[in-house]
Amino acid sequence: MARPPPLSPHLEIYKLPLTAVLSFSHRLTGVMLVLGLMMIALVLLLAVGWPQGFTSVQQGLISAPGQILFWLFIYALFFHLCHGVRHLLWDSLQGFEAHRQLNIGVFQIGVSIFLTFITYTFGQPDMAP
Amino acid sequence: MVQFTLPKDSKVLKGIQHPPIIQKKGLRQIDIYRYDPDQTSNPRLDRYQIDSETLGPMVLDALLGIKDQIDSTLTLRRSCREGVCGSCAMNINGRNTLACTEPLAKHQGPLKIYPLPHLKVIKDLVTDLSQIYRQYASIEPWLKPKAIPDDGREQPQMHDDRRQLDGLVECILCACCSTSCPSYWWNGDQYLGPLVLLQAERWLKDSRDGATQERLHALDDTFKLYRCHTIMNCTDSCPKGLNPAQAIARIKSAMVTTKKDLR
Repeated sequence: MARPPPLSPHLEIYKLPLTAVLSFSHRLTGVMLVLGLMMIALVLLLAVGWPQGFTSVQQGLISAPGQILFWLFIYALFFHLCHGVRHLLWDSLQGFEAHRQLNIGVFQIGVSIFLTFITYTFGQPDMAP
Repeated sequence: MVQFTLPKDSKVLKGIQHPPIIQKKGLRQIDIYRYDPDQTSNPRLDRYQIDSETLGPMVLDALLGIKDQIDSTLTLRRSCREGVCGSCAMNINGRNTLACTEPLAKHQGPLKIYPLPHLKVIKDLVTDLSQIYRQYASIEPWLKPKAIPDDGREQPQMHDDRRQLDGLVECILCACCSTSCPSYWWNGDQYLGPLVLLQAERWLKDSRDGATQERLHALDDTFKLYRCHTIMNCTDSCPKGLNPAQAIARIKSAMVTTKKDLR
């Protein structure tokens, strides 16, 4: 043989269905949540450490980048939760019908956005100084 | 091992543009993965143009049209041309399916055809499925009867028991599912993959089989079974409309409901 046989193309040519994208995002948000929890621990340590720390944490959190990071974390949380519920359903042998996969996926994204929106609207303390 | 990109010697290069046999409007453009084991060069993507109106309706008809009229070196497996043999499984426009049951009209614009993903390529669209066949043999896909029947002849099965096998026995072992599964791409050497696990479920479900416990114990393995992460590509791609992901979930469920500890 002139050369070892090639490996056929996979990830780069495969048109992943929504469920596969969600599965990948589930992992990604899982990693984000772990990093986010570390950040929260760090923020708490800073805030309770000394008075200036509290002020800088407060300023950091209400700044635009701070808010974006915070709400990304909250969205990742709800995304991960929704797909986690779907995993629970799968493990109880529910929701395997091929023709329903797209709809369930869209519904699950909708729910995660809705929950984030609810949290944004009703879950915030009065931030006015 | 997780590799997101192809090794250097597998990268697909730009290929040859083959002239069509006639010039007319409405020719279909088809890009096809080509690899010649007699050459040292990398695989390439060749471009063909066909007059689909003069050919049959399926993608396989187009491929055979190309082989007959434009390029006889194009190599592919096919046999039954009606979706029961599983030979012509390939990746058509990013999804694994059988070329013989995939209508050309289902796709708009140019078509891209690759061999089944993440396998060693023997030539063009012909891939090496021996790992899958080895894994299939490893689940011992044959009946292990509970006892010899009284009349010494056959194992009868009631209608309701036979119905348990619906959605499992229709599998034609085309490997569309296993080669669509990212988990199988990364861990195919240890994970059995949807094809083999659906078959495993077929023997677990058979009322005449007496080896259920042994089969479950053989499957109870972090890699063999539990590398399934319900990505669902298998169910999405199955050209027979079967549900390997559900079959795998049922095996996982049987592990906690049916399986007994061996003494």
